[in-house]
Amino acid sequence: MIQDLVVYAVFIGYGVGVLMTFGTILTWVERKQAAVMADRIGANRAYIRIPFTQIKLVWWGLFHGMADGLKMLVKEDFKADSYDWYAYAVAPWVVFTPVLLVFAVIPFGGALHPAALFSAFPTVADWFGDRTYALQIARLDAGILIVFAFGGMTIIGAMLAGWASANKYSMLGALRAGSQMISYELIMGLTVLGLILIYGTVDLTTIVQKQSGIVLGFLPAWGVVLQPFAATLFMAAAIAENKRIPFDLPEAESELIAGFYTEYSAMKMGLFMFAEFIEIAIIGALFTTLFLGGYNLPWMDDSGFNLPGGLAIPMSHGAVVVTQLVVFLAKVLLMSSFQILIRWTLPRFRYDQVLKFAWKFMFPLALANLVVTAIAVWALQG
Amino acid sequence: MTRMPTRPHVRKQYWNEPAMTLWEKAYLPEIIRGLVITSRVFLANMAKWMTGRKGALTTYYPEETRWDYAENNRGKHVLTRRPDGRPQCIACNLCATVCPAKVIEIEAAFDPEDAAHPKYPARFEIDYSRCIFCGLCVEACPEDAIRMVKEVPDLPGGDRDRMWLGKEELLTWSPRSDVAKPYPGKADHATRRGSP
Repeated sequence: MIQDLVVYAVFIGYGVGVLMTFGTILTWVERKQAAVMADRIGANRAYIRIPFTQIKLVWWGLFHGMADGLKMLVKEDFKADSYDWYAYAVAPWVVFTPVLLVFAVIPFGGALHPAALFSAFPTVADWFGDRTYALQIARLDAGILIVFAFGGMTIIGAMLAGWASANKYSMLGALRAGSQMISYELIMGLTVLGLILIYGTVDLTTIVQKQSGIVLGFLPAWGVVLQPFAATLFMAAAIAENKRIPFDLPEAESELIAGFYTEYSAMKMGLFMFAEFIEIAIIGALFTTLFLGGYNLPWMDDSGFNLPGGLAIPMSHGAVVVTQLVVFLAKVLLMSSFQILIRWTLPRFRYDQVLKFAWKFMFPLALANLVVTAIAVWALQG
Repeated sequence: MTRMPTRPHVRKQYWNEPAMTLWEKAYLPEIIRGLVITSRVFLANMAKWMTGRKGALTTYYPEETRWDYAENNRGKHVLTRRPDGRPQCIACNLCATVCPAKVIEIEAAFDPEDAAHPKYPARFEIDYSRCIFCGLCVEACPEDAIRMVKEVPDLPGGDRDRMWLGKEELLTWSPRSDVAKPYPGKADHATRRGSP
């Protein structure tokens, strides 16, 4: 019992640590990547000077995220003269918390067998006995449903923020956020339905395990191989869900100042921004889990590699766990970087185009994809 | 009599109707094309950075300066020197008077040993935090004692009090000891100044 507590405390610490690190690092990645894409150098003025020396650690501007956080912490916490101070104060947290909670059901590694991992330390190994844990904060059968439930809650936060600010721009931003996010939530759900049909489960760990297989003799059975169309639609819908360019209508600096967080300042505004950057990582993690084989390398599962030619390369448990943790983080970083690439490449939609794109273009495509998938699954499995 | 036009004038349209091919309307190929362009630039620049070259067109300003300043750029000031090394300046205060930003401070002193130029600047300071680089001081100077060269080294600073440059630095940072500016004519500067 106490072993479970220790293990899950470590998992939760790992999850929160990973998300916070990603949230901070991604602000830097976004700046630097945009700069390199535009033939610029990028932010590199913030530094840490080692005390009592003149040695300045610049580290390619990595400390700009820290400088931003510090600035937001010490800024004046301006409060709008809004008619609902409670909703105003609670809204950033309603946006921020569900984004963190989504990570609870995302598996960031395969099975963990502490006794095998600590076989060099018999006391530790004996203490754990033959317990095994899935490297996941909460193994829930309804994994994907939890993801969508919490993902849907951020709409409430955006609406609350816009409503409680008593500002016309905020209000417009909140309305846009509401309609846009509800539209794209639907498309995300529809695209994932195809995967659920194929894998026959909504449990994310099982979905990842089923992606270790082989299709067509050599391809890894990744979601992106089985459902390339759904993967594209899911990515587009997820970026729209995160309200980033090209779908940044709720913020729309050129029209609505800052949309639903116009009236927010200091760390309250920082929470919105931080939630946005963490959600980039969450979308990357979701996409990895659903479409990119999760924490596994191609043709890899919890026991090692099973290459297409029937060649099996077994790996020790420690090597598998470390590989899976690293591979998951690398994939998430790659997908985050891809989202940033999209954000700095495509021009914005107009508001009517956003909704038209959702309902007249992506919705029928997602439905068609679902129908084709259902027929194919019925034909192949009988 | 001019004849009335038989047809009403049709204004020419100068914009293009958005005519997209089916390929462009399919949306995804064009998006992929755009992503390929940007990621190609990104990867090329990253490869440059990784191999120790510079992958950017911009300049990391105070540490690097652009190489393509114009020949006649009005940059940092220079106090020219006589052949014997003393400042050409005669502390007449014309530059300080004409300066619209009032950034030049001159303190004149008397040098009994130099009969030709007994008045010289004991102190000649320019406040670069306020200088607007208009070049009026150069135009006002009767002695060609102050010039502006195209380079601007070490001008930016983090502290306004440290942005004053004194006589020593202005004389020495880029030593110019030739007395006469190369004037367009071939008249000798020294003799022309001596003639009435």
